Parts: sequence; C-alpha cells; structure tokens
Amino acid sequence: MSVRLQDPAALTRYREDLVAARDPRQKALAVCGGTGCRALGALDVVAALRAEVAAHAAGCDVGLRATGCQGFCQGGPMLLLVPEGIVYQHVGVGDVAEIVEKTLLGGEIVERLLCTDPETDLQCVREEEIPFYQRQQRVLLRDNGLLDPTSIDASIALGGYAALARALEMGPEAVLHEIKRSGLRGRGGAGFPTGRKWEACRRAQGDLKYVICNADEGDPGAFMDDALLEGNPHGVLEGMIIGAFAMGAREGHVYVREEYPVAVERITRAIEQARGLGLLGEAILGSEFCFDVRVSRGGGAFVCGEASAMMASLEGRRGVPRRRLTHLSERGLWGRPTNLNNVETWANVPHIVLRGADWFSSIGTEGSTGTKIFSLVGKVVRTGLVEVPMGTTLREIVFGAGGGVPGGRAFKAVQTGGPSGGCLPADKLDLPVDFDTLAAEGSMMGSGGMIVMDEDTCMVDVARYFLRFLASESCGNCTSCRDGLAILRDLLGDITEGRGTRETLTLVEEIADTVEATSLCALGTSAVNPVLSTLRYFRDEYLAHVDDKHCPAGVCKALISFTIDAERCNGCALCAVHCPKGAVVGEKKRPHAITQELCIKCGICKDVCRRDAVLVH
Amino acid sequence: MREEDRSTPASDAGAQAEPSSDARRVAALLQEYPRGDPGGLVDVLHDIQAEFRYLPEDALRQAAQHLGVPRAQLYGVASFYRGFHMSPRGEHTCTVCVGTACHVRGAPRLLEQVERDTGVAAGATAVDLSLTVEEVGCVGACALGPLVILDGEYHGHMTGERLSRLVGKLVDTEGRS
Repeated sequence: MSVRLQDPAALTRYREDLVAARDPRQKALAVCGGTGCRALGALDVVAALRAEVAAHAAGCDVGLRATGCQGFCQGGPMLLLVPEGIVYQHVGVGDVAEIVEKTLLGGEIVERLLCTDPETDLQCVREEEIPFYQRQQRVLLRDNGLLDPTSIDASIALGGYAALARALEMGPEAVLHEIKRSGLRGRGGAGFPTGRKWEACRRAQGDLKYVICNADEGDPGAFMDDALLEGNPHGVLEGMIIGAFAMGAREGHVYVREEYPVAVERITRAIEQARGLGLLGEAILGSEFCFDVRVSRGGGAFVCGEASAMMASLEGRRGVPRRRLTHLSERGLWGRPTNLNNVETWANVPHIVLRGADWFSSIGTEGSTGTKIFSLVGKVVRTGLVEVPMGTTLREIVFGAGGGVPGGRAFKAVQTGGPSGGCLPADKLDLPVDFDTLAAEGSMMGSGGMIVMDEDTCMVDVARYFLRFLASESCGNCTSCRDGLAILRDLLGDITEGRGTRETLTLVEEIADTVEATSLCALGTSAVNPVLSTLRYFRDEYLAHVDDKHCPAGVCKALISFTIDAERCNGCALCAVHCPKGAVVGEKKRPHAITQELCIKCGICKDVCRRDAVLVH
Repeated sequence: MREEDRSTPASDAGAQAEPSSDARRVAALLQEYPRGDPGGLVDVLHDIQAEFRYLPEDALRQAAQHLGVPRAQLYGVASFYRGFHMSPRGEHTCTVCVGTACHVRGAPRLLEQVERDTGVAAGATAVDLSLTVEEVGCVGACALGPLVILDGEYHGHMTGERLSRLVGKLVDTEGRS
C-alpha cells in the first residue's frame, strides 16, 4: 500500500489520482474538533453523526470528519456542511437526527442551528455571511475547516507539499531569496525578519545544521499555534522541510508544549505519514536532500519559549537562556548552526513559495507583511481565532470580528502580547496592529493573544496577575528578574490589599526600570510591560487603590464589601443556602443581610442571586 | 514522600537482587532511548511520569544511569519544569485553568472554592491521596473560560455552584474544610 514518491512528478500524479477519485459534489460533514469544541462535546457529535448516517443515509455517499479548530469557538461545537458551506453552531447530539434527515437528505436548512448577525438580526447560512468571518482573510486557517488533519492524502489533495516540490525545483538560494523578499517576520512575537535569520544559518559553517519549530505556546490566552498544529500539521511540517532545504539543515525538532497532547499526536502522525511517502527522510522526492524531524514535549516552563532556553531543554538540561555571544544561527543546538521559527511562521512558508513574495507582501503593511492570527478572548461577544491582514485596527478586531463586550458592559482595555505585552485603553483602539505600532505605545503584538477587559476587570489586579505568573516562571538566572519580579509582585499585592501608598507606586516604577535594564532574556526585559502600561493608562485606578483604598472594578477583596439591596431582595434565601460561611442571615421571604465579620468575599451570593440584589462596594 | 515505599517496594532490598517490577517497567521505557544520549531526557521524564503518574526516585536513578547524566543534573531538570511531580499524585485531579482569559472571567474564585471545598491547596495532594488540586496557565480553550479540568475532562463556563457539585462527585468533600 505504501508508495514512495520518487520525484515531484510522482507527487503531482499522486495528487491527481486523489482528486480524480473524489467527487467534488460529495457531501461531507466537518465537525470542528478544536480544543474548545472538543470540550463542548464535539467528538460525541461526530460519533452520533456516524451512527445516524449509517442508520438512515447508508446509500448516501457522505464524508464525516473531525477537523482542526475552525476558529469560531463561540459557536462551538461547530458543524460545516460541504460542499454547500452551511454552518451550524452549538450542535448537540440531540440535533444530529434532524441534521441528517433535513439537511443531508432533504436539502433543507435547520434554522435554529444557524448563527444570527446581531446587527441585522438576519440568520447566516454560510461562513461568508457570518460577521465573525467577514472581517477575516484566512490564508493559514482556511484549510483547517476543509482538512481531515489525520490524513496526509487529504492534505495533498488540497495542494499540500506542492510548495515543497516547487522549492526543490527552485533551489535553496531562490527559496531563500523569495522568503527575504516576502518580508515575512517571526510570528512568535519578536518579529525578526525570517529571511535574514535563514540566510545567517545557511551561510554558517557546519555540516550538520538544525531547524526547530517552536510550538511551546506559553502565552496564556493564545492558542493559534495549537490550532495550526492540530488542524493542519502537514502545513507546518512542509514549511519546516522547505526551510531545512533552503538552509541545508539535516535534522529538525518540533518542541511542543506538554499541555497540547492532541497537537503532539497530530504532528507525530504527520511526520510518520510524510516519511512513508518519501516527503521526509532520505532523498526527499528523489532529490539529494535528506531531512528528518522528531517531536519533543516541553516540561511546562514558559521560559522555554525563548530560543536558547528551548535548545537547552532539547539537550536535556534546565531551560535557562544563555548569553548569545555568537548567534544561534552559528552556534545553537549542540553548538551547531540552528534556526528556530514559530509554528505560524513555518505555516506561512509554503504559501509564500507557491504564491510568491509579491502576493504575500501585498497583504498587510509595508513593515509587517502577510496576515496574523489573533486569539480573541476574555470579555468579548465572539471568542475565537481571527486571521486578518497585518495593520488591521484593534477596533476592527475587537468590535468588528469580536462583536465588542457582552452584557452591555463598557470596554476598558485590550491586553495584547501575552505576559510580555501591555494593556491598551479605548482611545488606542484605532491603532493598526503590526509589529511596530503597538510597541511604540508600551505594548506589543507579540504572538497574537488579545484579551478583552471590561469595566469589571481591575487593571491593578491584572498587573498583579501577570507579575505573579512571570515571577513564578522566571528561570532564576538573573538576579534582577528572579528577585525583582518577586518584589514587584509583592508590591502589587500591597496595593491590591490596601497597604499601598504613593511611594509604593514610585518604588514599583524604579524596580521595573531596573528589571527591564538588567535582565538577560526577553522574559525579564518585557516582564514589566503589563505593570508599566497599566500605570501609564490606568493610573487613576492605581490611585484609587492607594489613596482611597477603593477598587473601582470591585475585584480586590481587601478593598470591597458585599451587601444586599433590601429593595431588590425577595428573601428567596438562595444566597444563604450557598454561602460557605453562613454569613447571610434573614427570614424567609424577607430581605436578607450579610454579616460582614463572617463574610470571606467569595462572591458566591452574587453569582447565585437571580435578582441582582447583591451589591459590591 | 512517605508514600514512596508503596510504589517501590523492593527498592531497598539491594541493587544486586532481582530487579523489581517497577525497575523492569522503567527499563522497558528506557529501551526506546539510546544509551548515553542526554537529548531525550525531558521525554524520558514524561514517559516515566506517564507510567507512574509522578517521578519515583528509583526511576530517576535508573534513567540517569541509562542516559549517562549525573543524578544532580537529572534532578535539576525534573525540578525545573512545572509539569513534573516528585511525589505521588492523587487518584483524581482537579486542574483550574488560570490563564488570562479565565482569570478575567473569575478563575481565582473558582480555585479558592475548590480549596475551600476540599481542604487541598493548589499544587498539593490530599493526605489520603484521593485528590490533587493544581493550576494550569492556559490550555487553549479560552472561549470556554473559566475552565476546570477534572480527571482530564474539560468543563467550560464553570460556576462555583457547578464546580462544588462536580468535585463532590469525585471525592467526598464532607468534613474536609
């Protein structure tokens, strides 16, 4: 059964045979199997569909697959019906019989499963009608909905590995030239020009060179790399093979975060399949080019996303960054020339090789070309992955694709760039998102996490959250980062717990400057962004905490108290039943009250109250 | 630590004696990795942990010998990474996602609630080894925040009330707090 493709022409024939064997009118049910939809029961839906199709549509030729993340997590579990392009959202096992009977066999739409455009109140049948997708230009995520990510044939039928064949024809120098001309910059956050990095590695002396795919996506709130590895592992792998060819690398590593077990499974399977077809290993597509890849799991250390720390981890050492007296492109993994790129960067490579640098650089802005995937999360109506051209404004992403803040609450800030980024207020919403603009405003685009915050989010608490995270993830190598972040975390703790003064704020700024100036790696130098950006844009909130001992958002426990509004309370006693400390007292059917001495401010009473009668001061 | 003996009953009987069943399990795992090559160290630790659900000391000793690295280096690596556990874990695991998206949607309160309900602090395991409570910094299911993972199963849009019920089903929380 196993064929080895002996040359690029054999790959083309293999693809033609696959395409010829497929009826383009064949119906297929593509259930989103991304992390979010799986957690909502997508795999149960797949099983139910399989059983239902077998029972009632046995004669009907239907494909059924769980795909990678289709991006619209808010609508999960999502179902895409091909070739019509009908999208159903919130599909449950109970909807399966109706979908098979009405839509699959009867060609009818099940209206209650459609998305509605909240602005027009119109129902959206197809993907392109859904506001969430309308604002997007999906180059990298497009195939996620179309592919069975466990099948190399599915990938090849859609054009997978055509870019590799093309690259082998072009030769390494021409590939390198094309990547340089495209203006592609590293998607992991630093934004270093990929072509220049590749060139340095290609020119470096050494008979054994490595390429690494950085899939240690550690930024909380970012999951685009997970989505690409799970949804289109061959796309990422093909990018790596092309890169290795351009740089003359013989071995590759994919370093995946251990919290992403499905991504590990998918990329491992993709590597085996590619090896089986002769797209990886010795004499790739009959050429002289040999390259193989192995998968390594991270150990759950944020700092390993830093290139030199990742290499230390791959060498079986603690993931501590080192001083780079020579570039990693000359002395990287095991002291040999090494090139490391992020998942999304690698995923762009086949597209650039196939469609050309001119096409790629026509998307985006002059300094930041191509598209970028953002994970839009937090207090936003439509959560999910949004792929837009670089230079799209924050407003278009948060309000256009994301639909703004839910529940009629006011937008307060958007946090970009993960723990190394900052929080930007409403008056920065018209900034274009690219590598350079947000950095000038004290934040950064980073790897593309975007966490929306509303009036109920306390910005001091957010700063404390990131400092707590970073202090515990500091590798401990540099004193300023190890001790400085811990001190900053404690000072922020003082402020949120009512012990802060104006002097505390001054001290925070001084220490932050020192940490930034004297840390070795980007974890330390950028760790102060969340605190400095919130001090810059939300100083009033800090002052309320230190001067008035008041938390305007009602989050910081030491500064708030819960009371019950006697006018609204109907004495249902729900809060009294759920209060873990017995702090709520009152007669049935009469307004209740909270005994402040007993209250631990857990907020359960507020959560369970159906009349909004619990107030936070 | 006092539970170590349970999982490595024959460890003190002397290295020359018949290898224990645990030692044979570790040896089988190590066969996949070339001798004297420290490159696979982190993956070896993952495999050992997948087998025992933590890293027993004897297993680490065996691994250090196989990979040709000093025990101190192996311990240094194992203790550096958040994902590795040096003591036995609970039968059930409750993991509260504390990623940024979950944080702004109330994850800290959920974590406090689990701690209160079970009497087990984040990062700790109940004395009777029934439950481990831990935090994780984002699992990429941000749309479902706040998210709690119970024995590997994801539960999204969590509320305090539902969490108490779910945890109560896993372990007897009566009289714990």
